[in-house]
Amino acid sequence: MIFGYPLLSVVIWLPIVFGVLVLATGNDRNAPLARIIALVGAVLGFLVTLPLYTGFDRMTSAMQFVEMKNWISQFNIHYHLGVDGISMLLILLNAFFTVIVVIAGWKVIEKRVAQYMACFLIMSGLINGVFAALDAVLFYVFWEAMLIPMFLIIGVWGGPNRVYAAVKFFLYTLLGSLLMLVALLYLYFQSGSFEILDYHQLPLGMTAQILIFIAFFMAFAVKVPMFPVHTWLPDAHVEAPTGGSVVLAAIMLKVGAYGFLRFSMPIAPDASHELAWLMIALSLIAVVYIGLVALTQSDMKKLVAYSSISHMGFVTLGMFIFNAYGMEGALLQMISHGFVSGALFLCIGVMYDRVHSRQIVDYGGVANTMPIFAAFFMLFAMANSGLPGTSGFVGEFMVILGAVKVNFWYGFAAATTLVFGAAYTLWMYKRVVFGAIANDHVRHLHDIGAREKLIMLVLAITVLVMGLYPLPLSEIMHASVNDLLVHMARSKI
Amino acid sequence: MSYISTLFPAYAEIFLLCMIGVIMIADLMLPSQTRTVTYLLTQVTLLGCSLITVATHTNGVAHLFTGMFVDDLMSDVLKLLTYLSVSMMLVYSRSYLIVRGLFTGEFLSLTLTSTLGMMVMISASNFVTLYIGLEVLALSLYALVALQRDSSVATESAMKYFILGAMASGFLLYGMSMIYGGTGSLDVQVISQVIANGQGNDMLLVFGLAFLVAGLAFKLGAVPFHMWVPDVYHGAPTAMTLFIGSAPKLAAFAFVMRILVESLQPLMIHWAGMLAVLAVLSMGVGNITAIAQTNIKRMFAYSTIAHMGFLLLGVLSGSLDGYSSAMFYAVIYVLMTLGGFGMIMLLSREGFEADNLNDFKGLNQRSPWLAFMMLLLMFSMAGVPPTVGFYAKFSVLNAALQAGHLSLVIAAVIFSLIGAFYYLRIVKLMYFDAPESHEKVYMQPDSTLLISINGLAVLMLGIMPNTLMAICAASVQQSLLLP
Repeated sequence: MIFGYPLLSVVIWLPIVFGVLVLATGNDRNAPLARIIALVGAVLGFLVTLPLYTGFDRMTSAMQFVEMKNWISQFNIHYHLGVDGISMLLILLNAFFTVIVVIAGWKVIEKRVAQYMACFLIMSGLINGVFAALDAVLFYVFWEAMLIPMFLIIGVWGGPNRVYAAVKFFLYTLLGSLLMLVALLYLYFQSGSFEILDYHQLPLGMTAQILIFIAFFMAFAVKVPMFPVHTWLPDAHVEAPTGGSVVLAAIMLKVGAYGFLRFSMPIAPDASHELAWLMIALSLIAVVYIGLVALTQSDMKKLVAYSSISHMGFVTLGMFIFNAYGMEGALLQMISHGFVSGALFLCIGVMYDRVHSRQIVDYGGVANTMPIFAAFFMLFAMANSGLPGTSGFVGEFMVILGAVKVNFWYGFAAATTLVFGAAYTLWMYKRVVFGAIANDHVRHLHDIGAREKLIMLVLAITVLVMGLYPLPLSEIMHASVNDLLVHMARSKI
Repeated sequence: MSYISTLFPAYAEIFLLCMIGVIMIADLMLPSQTRTVTYLLTQVTLLGCSLITVATHTNGVAHLFTGMFVDDLMSDVLKLLTYLSVSMMLVYSRSYLIVRGLFTGEFLSLTLTSTLGMMVMISASNFVTLYIGLEVLALSLYALVALQRDSSVATESAMKYFILGAMASGFLLYGMSMIYGGTGSLDVQVISQVIANGQGNDMLLVFGLAFLVAGLAFKLGAVPFHMWVPDVYHGAPTAMTLFIGSAPKLAAFAFVMRILVESLQPLMIHWAGMLAVLAVLSMGVGNITAIAQTNIKRMFAYSTIAHMGFLLLGVLSGSLDGYSSAMFYAVIYVLMTLGGFGMIMLLSREGFEADNLNDFKGLNQRSPWLAFMMLLLMFSMAGVPPTVGFYAKFSVLNAALQAGHLSLVIAAVIFSLIGAFYYLRIVKLMYFDAPESHEKVYMQPDSTLLISINGLAVLMLGIMPNTLMAICAASVQQSLLLP
């Protein structure tokens, strides 16, 4: 509680209430009204998250802004909310991107505008709930519920193959989630409570830990997504509308990584150490192999999707080398990747809105007709390939540093991304933006308007500031990360 | 104290029986244009029954008619929910039946006699009472399905329903007679004591139990005794399908509780194994076969089979948690089924049944509100939070896991995943596909209001499931712990 009102509840429910309001505007005749209400909701939703940052106590790793009420007494389930240095930044990121997505869809979406905007607002509230929930069932409810709006977004406003992508996305995620549910029920059976923080202290045998770890792994690895279960992501990204891709890449993937930090690692620390080799191996495969896969893509969205998988491999790598560099690097990489990949999908969206193609071959020489856009696109492409001075560099560098401390070859393999990442991003950039004007479509392009400029500018500034001065972010996560590492070092057997 | 006043726990049944007579006669007297009067009278009767049930509620367990009849919290709660679902069924099906010329006096009185049968089942405390209740219900349902005389499909399915139902009743009776042979009593309490004291004949009991379980499985529609379900659901007029699929499942739950749990609890080691097989098969066959259906009524039939498997999973956990979760599941299942079939009827018009999956195509463009309600219902059936279907599955899985049935839980989870696919398909049809006709949906005001309440209830109960869960737990606890 702060300022006398339950801040986290407001953060969760305000966007949802606005979402319902937007929905109430009805059909497309009221589309302008729906857009305005949605924008107001998104901006307010972002403003109410700011006190989380300003009022945050950086010295403690304990949960802050805690709210606790009885919810289902039958099963000892509580409405228990709270944030620490790990989750708070993700809430901010999510609220920020909701504003971006609403503005990005302002003109592009013409059909069923109210439903589109409502889906994003409701989803934003639900994702905030995922990050803030401290009760396992509450977490699960938000976790599953956020699938529904995303399913609709991909399926209703997506590309030609949207139905396949939407159903694949939903079922893939549901499979993992249901196994997680079994693990949560087992933990309830052992501890008599659904408190996540109680689970952290619960002693568990090695077999139990390994089984629990695998169950959680199924849920979170699908979301991240890690190497063998990543195949839904390119489909979902390609078919989703721009806003959907942005939220998927910027926020939804982080939910999986967050799950590892909140559940798998602290609940099953011994199993995490035991299976770290597997996690590191899968992460490195993602970094190297998926990086190579990205190189061969001819569809821009697919390319950025694969690049996301590759970058998320960095995040999981950083987590499972169990040192402060790796962990903080992973967190910074999560935030940075949120901005960079979100920005890249917006850039592709800008071009798609004009040319209605995502194929690299359909472009060429965009710089001639859209110089301002090309400059912004350049910055984000550089950030994606990890150029120093941009946010992409900080996280990657720290993870590589942490990996080298554990094993030189881990660091070496991870560092190849600096080559591959630069190769696939800049090669795409070159083919799309530079050179002679390829065709009439490109010749008739008009540069980005004020609305698009605003979005790009905000994102560009953020990416640069984070790259040059990451301290305000890292000081927030410090206490929590250290606490997690100390906790992980103690055996629970 | 006069004899009449000692009958107070059965006042609701007595009232209903009198009213059935009144409604039958009134319907004969009134011209058929004023059937609304009898319809309203039926609704008032149900309302009256609920008031009486609430007024005659006592804290504790009351036995009547030398132990043939019991009145406890569970019976009161289940009866109230039965009235509610019968009354909702009437609202949903009224205009559907009027258009098809089936809104007759017989329909109303048969509905009420089957309600009476369900009430007797719910309150039975003796195998004979249970059987009588079951037959009153079943015979009324056979007649209801056959009500559409000129439809060969409906007649065929009534015939199937009747023959298979009669066979199941035979199984049940045979099993009951074996139990009687093994224990020397038909009273639920006495049987339980005799077996607990080790005075029963074990071989006879287990033999009888097998027949009882088979009979129950028939009535519930659990695999491998499920063959009648899809045909009857498909063939019967949708209003009757809705009726068969909803309230009788509450009575069936009571039936299972009274027979398996209250009287044959000491034989749990035997019946739990049988139910486990039934549960897994039902979930598997139900969910997998549902995928292949193109008729939504058949799809719901298979989905019912799968839901019954889940319900049995709760029962076989053999704990208070398990029984109360099964009860919760039954209640939620009824709520969702009412909404699902109610939607089919709402979309149907004169001479047109919206029972094909394709009839739901593009519903979001024709009527966003109805599509949203159906979306809630479908996600609830699939067990996706924040809808209440999740908590139903959650509590059953929890109970089963506590009872140590990890492998059953994993099987249930995998089959629910498979099940999610065909529920999602409906959402897909409604939201992602273009409509086949742009005809406006004619929204009957009463059923539209009801379906909105129904759909929002699925959401609200999902956000606040606490009260209903507590009621279920208290009901089960009272009927089991107090003799």
